[in-house]
Amino acid sequence: MNFDPRFSGRKFASVGTRPIRPDGVDKVTGRARYGADFNMAGQLVGRILRSPHAHAVIKSIDTSKAEKLAGVKAVITAKDLPDLTDGDAAMYDILDNCMARKKALYDGHAVAAVAAIDARIARQALKLIEVEYEVLPHVTDVDEAAHHHAPLINDQVFTEGLEEKPAKPSNVTKRTQFGHGDVHKGFAEADFVVERSFKTEQTHQGYIEPHACVASVNADGTADLWVCTQGHFVYRQHCAQLLGLEASKLRVTSSEIGGGFGGKTHVWAEPVALALSRKAGRPVKLVMTRDEVFRASGPTSATSIDVKIGARKDGTITAAEATLRYSCGPYAGSWAEIGAMTAFACYKLENVKTVGYEVLVNRPKTAAYRAPSAPMAAFAVESAVDELAHEIGMDAVDFRIKNAAQEGTRASYGPVYGPIGIGPTLEAVKHHPHMKAPLKENQGRGMACGFWFNFGGQTCTDLNIGMDGSVSLAVGTVDVGGSRASLSLVAAEELGIDYSHVKAIVADTSSLGYNDMTDGSRGTFSSSMATISAARNAIKILRERAAQTWDIPVEDVIWEKGHAIAKGEKYGNLSPLSLKEIAAASGKTGGPIAGHSELVADGAGVSFATHICDVEVDPETGSTRVIRYTVVQDAGKAVHPTYVEGQYQGGAAQGIGWALNEEYIYGKDGRLQNAGFLDYRIPVCSDLPMIDTQILEIPNPNHPYGVRGVGETSIVPPLAAIANAVSNAVGVRMTHIPMSPPRILAALDAEREG
Amino acid sequence: MAGVAVSTTINGDAVEYLCQPDETLLEVLRDRLGLTGAKEGCGTGDCGACSVIVDGRLVCSCLVLGAEAEGRKVETIEGMAHGDQLHPLQQKFLEHAALQCGVCTPGFLIAAKDLLEKNPSPTEEEIRFGLAGNLCRCTGYDKIVRAVQDAANVMKGA
Repeated sequence: MNFDPRFSGRKFASVGTRPIRPDGVDKVTGRARYGADFNMAGQLVGRILRSPHAHAVIKSIDTSKAEKLAGVKAVITAKDLPDLTDGDAAMYDILDNCMARKKALYDGHAVAAVAAIDARIARQALKLIEVEYEVLPHVTDVDEAAHHHAPLINDQVFTEGLEEKPAKPSNVTKRTQFGHGDVHKGFAEADFVVERSFKTEQTHQGYIEPHACVASVNADGTADLWVCTQGHFVYRQHCAQLLGLEASKLRVTSSEIGGGFGGKTHVWAEPVALALSRKAGRPVKLVMTRDEVFRASGPTSATSIDVKIGARKDGTITAAEATLRYSCGPYAGSWAEIGAMTAFACYKLENVKTVGYEVLVNRPKTAAYRAPSAPMAAFAVESAVDELAHEIGMDAVDFRIKNAAQEGTRASYGPVYGPIGIGPTLEAVKHHPHMKAPLKENQGRGMACGFWFNFGGQTCTDLNIGMDGSVSLAVGTVDVGGSRASLSLVAAEELGIDYSHVKAIVADTSSLGYNDMTDGSRGTFSSSMATISAARNAIKILRERAAQTWDIPVEDVIWEKGHAIAKGEKYGNLSPLSLKEIAAASGKTGGPIAGHSELVADGAGVSFATHICDVEVDPETGSTRVIRYTVVQDAGKAVHPTYVEGQYQGGAAQGIGWALNEEYIYGKDGRLQNAGFLDYRIPVCSDLPMIDTQILEIPNPNHPYGVRGVGETSIVPPLAAIANAVSNAVGVRMTHIPMSPPRILAALDAEREG
Repeated sequence: MAGVAVSTTINGDAVEYLCQPDETLLEVLRDRLGLTGAKEGCGTGDCGACSVIVDGRLVCSCLVLGAEAEGRKVETIEGMAHGDQLHPLQQKFLEHAALQCGVCTPGFLIAAKDLLEKNPSPTEEEIRFGLAGNLCRCTGYDKIVRAVQDAANVMKGA
């Protein structure tokens, strides 16, 4: 039976309710097991030695003293992780990032590792490893790195995407371009043009759980990996390839995950832990310190963005252009490309052009951070849009409504939109009481829009019906924030049974087919699609068993509210058979009843949000407080509305931290100066107000229930919404994120000095 | 290094252990006693994920030495429920979805318990400042504050 993923507009019984999550009690009692909460017999402690230099040739590594220390069971360097990547450049970069091969490319780059019987001996052993470095000139700033005089991070990099291959290597790995129409013609038609440059600093996802794993490699070539990850199947592939294992012999179990936000989407220390275990012949637990998480996992890009937008007096945008430079760390990425795609996605534009440049710097490898690359582009564009509305003399919301993309609009990055939510979120904001609330002295209000693509991808789900009629749902997308609850609701909905009879788990890599990782806001979107498909497959069997019991054709049996019903007057004397009854008889009617699903969840519906923010700025100190915040976002269909609200609130809070406070601060020596939560300060409870939410539901036509991804879009508008609010409060356009007190004071001083 | 012999009370039970002089209470709880409910988010007292109560005082167990627990009473997340009866804060955290990933949750619950024991009727501001030593990256704190408010109301009525 082919699965039909189209939206059907059904009435829901379970979906849309707010039950308690199935993993909840474990999490409030301390029983839930995260990456560092698992242990194996004979386990060793792994520790990694990291480069103190931003850029240096590794001339030699002498591990002999460390190896002689009592209690040390293995010491490894890059030699213990031979290059098995077979010309796969992306995998080679991952390998080199896990353990530096020839050069250390950033402060914190791994150069060696030890496994010892306890943490103290492991730390002691690291001090006994002698590394001889030849320190090279470094560059950490994105604009400086893009300059042709900058120290070269990789002399084999020649900028891709130019008409001719450049003669000289460069730190700019790639140029990409998007858009349509003729921006020169469009700007010539404009009555008003705003042109500005913006910068955003590098931030970290800031998950509270550091990366942690337990690796166990056996003498027969089989291995187990327990790890906090957003994608255990992807980790299995990466680790198997880097270690030369057969994928099926490496079982990866995803622990509970203490936050990821994109930062746990590819391997960091896991191949090192496996290599240590292989060498020591014992299991190895490897847990990063917070310092290591900041210095050596994957923060987001620092950016430098130029924006130019023109409009007619009536408020119609005639042309929009942006040039975006994104830092990638020392390895090639596609971060500016994503920024260039998302920059103008909210708008209906005749003439639009965006150009992205990927820039190598001596900082840790950039990783995804919730709607990666979109918040910075939105900050620049939505700031310029606000300024342009002001120059024309139009209300900022009305100006956006006039230019908002709609169904049928060709997006600035290429495709033509189906039904979308940007217009409805703007209308909701226009009529929201927040917009009319009075403001006091030194307070300002800002609003901004945001877009995210959302993703679907490969998904595999098993639904098993027990003899007692209860349902076990095994999914392969890691639950990062309540998806086991939403997927249980979906299974209950489709089967017509109560939520309490469904138990969802995240299965390990040996128990289920391949699943892409939980990224792109795909967890609930794609696994709910696979769950619906699996449930429908199970229902087909349930109907067959009922038909067999009644000895009637299966075509005459329908499934309704958890029961098989014989359809037609001739079957009037047949009482409906419940799922429980059919399950109880399954041993005699053909064996266990299950539904499986393997699919590529295409058709992830794009997502839009509009945020409103009020701030109060202290003109003496430059300190800014967010005093009111409202999120309006399209969810398609909110499967578990409380957790949808949670996603909206969490994204907004991360955006507030990014906008006002968070940044990587590098010294002239290329070393990170604030690798801890004291100096890299994420918002605490007393920094924030309540965060109001409004869920809109514009069904995604490509999902049976209309579901869209909801996790990421909420971090896209805050940088711009807060920048607009601060700019309105102080009367100066803020162009550099974070708007920390010194930056606000400097902007005020510059304004006063004219 | 010779270990330090420690006799203490954890969640009402008498417990004895040997630990190194430089070993933290968090390490003892997690690695020696198997009480992994307290989490290490930073190891520097900045995130509160390792919060426990020692003799009625809320502390980051990563900043307390294991040897310092001698003769004291330690309360951890594992002792918060009474048998299968969840503490009102635990119940309200579930009802309000005051957790997403849940790794900060044990620390928040311990900190909130300490707060409500000292101030049974906190204002929103008092809750926000009372929990400012605990970092949550998922929720934006909104639902945590509401759960604590709701639990305070339930506990006053009890």
